Amino acid sequence: MRKIFKFLFNDNPILIFTLGLCSVLAITTTFEKSYIMGIIILIVLILCNIITSIIKKIVKEEIRIPVYIIIIATIITIIQIFISRYSPNLYKAFGIYLPLLTVNCVLLGSCLSYASSHSIKDSFLNALKNGLGYLVVISIIGFLRELLGSGKITIMNDISLLTGYRFIIDVFNNDILPNKIFLTSGGAFILLGLVMGIIRKLNRGDN
Amino acid sequence: MEMFTIFTTALIAENIILTKFLGICSFIGSSNKEKNALGMGITVTFVVLISTIFTYLINKYILIPTNSTYLQTLFFILVIACFVQITELITKKYFNNLYKSLGIYLPLITTNCAVFGIILTNINMNYDFITSIINSLGSCIGFVFVIYVFSLIREKIDKNNIINSLKGVPIALITAGIMALIFSRII
Repeated sequence: MRKIFKFLFNDNPILIFTLGLCSVLAITTTFEKSYIMGIIILIVLILCNIITSIIKKIVKEEIRIPVYIIIIATIITIIQIFISRYSPNLYKAFGIYLPLLTVNCVLLGSCLSYASSHSIKDSFLNALKNGLGYLVVISIIGFLRELLGSGKITIMNDISLLTGYRFIIDVFNNDILPNKIFLTSGGAFILLGLVMGIIRKLNRGDN
Repeated sequence: MEMFTIFTTALIAENIILTKFLGICSFIGSSNKEKNALGMGITVTFVVLISTIFTYLINKYILIPTNSTYLQTLFFILVIACFVQITELITKKYFNNLYKSLGIYLPLITTNCAVFGIILTNINMNYDFITSIINSLGSCIGFVFVIYVFSLIREKIDKNNIINSLKGVPIALITAGIMALIFSRII
């Protein structure tokens, strides 16, 4: 348990390095969107890390950033076409935040700082670790925001076209909760700040 | 009148940092010093305005007629990268002091979500040429304003005694949250 916790939260891209916060804050209004975004980032991270690692000898230092951005943009474009074909609802729900992944610091950061100087296997493992850490944190935020903000958990709704199931759990509905404030941007900032603080405390054991 | 509404909405009610969460990295990362915050904001404004004009033209006269709008992401990021490079050359030659004080932040504007986000919003909302520019201008002024005010608040926060686990980024996020709640109630 301790080991899993350490694996996920030590060097977590969101909690420790505060990278890629836009998508964490913007699309976490439902649990479903959050974990799908997490999975997309995991896939893109693994792909672009492997590609960067393969071409690391060809690419010169001065043109690194443009080359990596184009690699990431290509992968994102492919995913965009795929999602708009199979789940138009989800495509609409993501809006500008799907193409915005191109400039997500997590992706470019790990290409630049890790994959450009390590072997293919190491880059893959690093991408897997970072991606899983991202997936877990973004899911936690999405879960809390939807639970507190609309009182239910959407597990499958927008992707029901693909899987054939709808799955929404109603948790509670009374005077105090759900509170719409958690769906607004202010609530998102405050919630992320608190979750970050709590995990830091658990991680380091300080006060 | 409609233009004015779009401008104020972009400036306050839909402020790109506080409601659309764009440019959070530079907001949290580089807003420690108020001078850096201002220089950064002005450079971002310049890049956004020029990229808005070019992406609008590219989208209207190249991508839509050839029916290849799925290439938007790739084309736009190239336009932004080019203009960041050009801005870097200009500031290096004519505003050397600003160039030195911005340092590493200048090339990183390429990967600033705010720049790309504003351009994508213009295209997604199908704004015409003038409206796009007004929206970009409003968003950028909102960006500079929030980043500047926040750098002032953060200086005050850093002097206070805060529990260890909330120090740094978490407390900055909570402050930003309170700011966002206030901003969303102004209009």
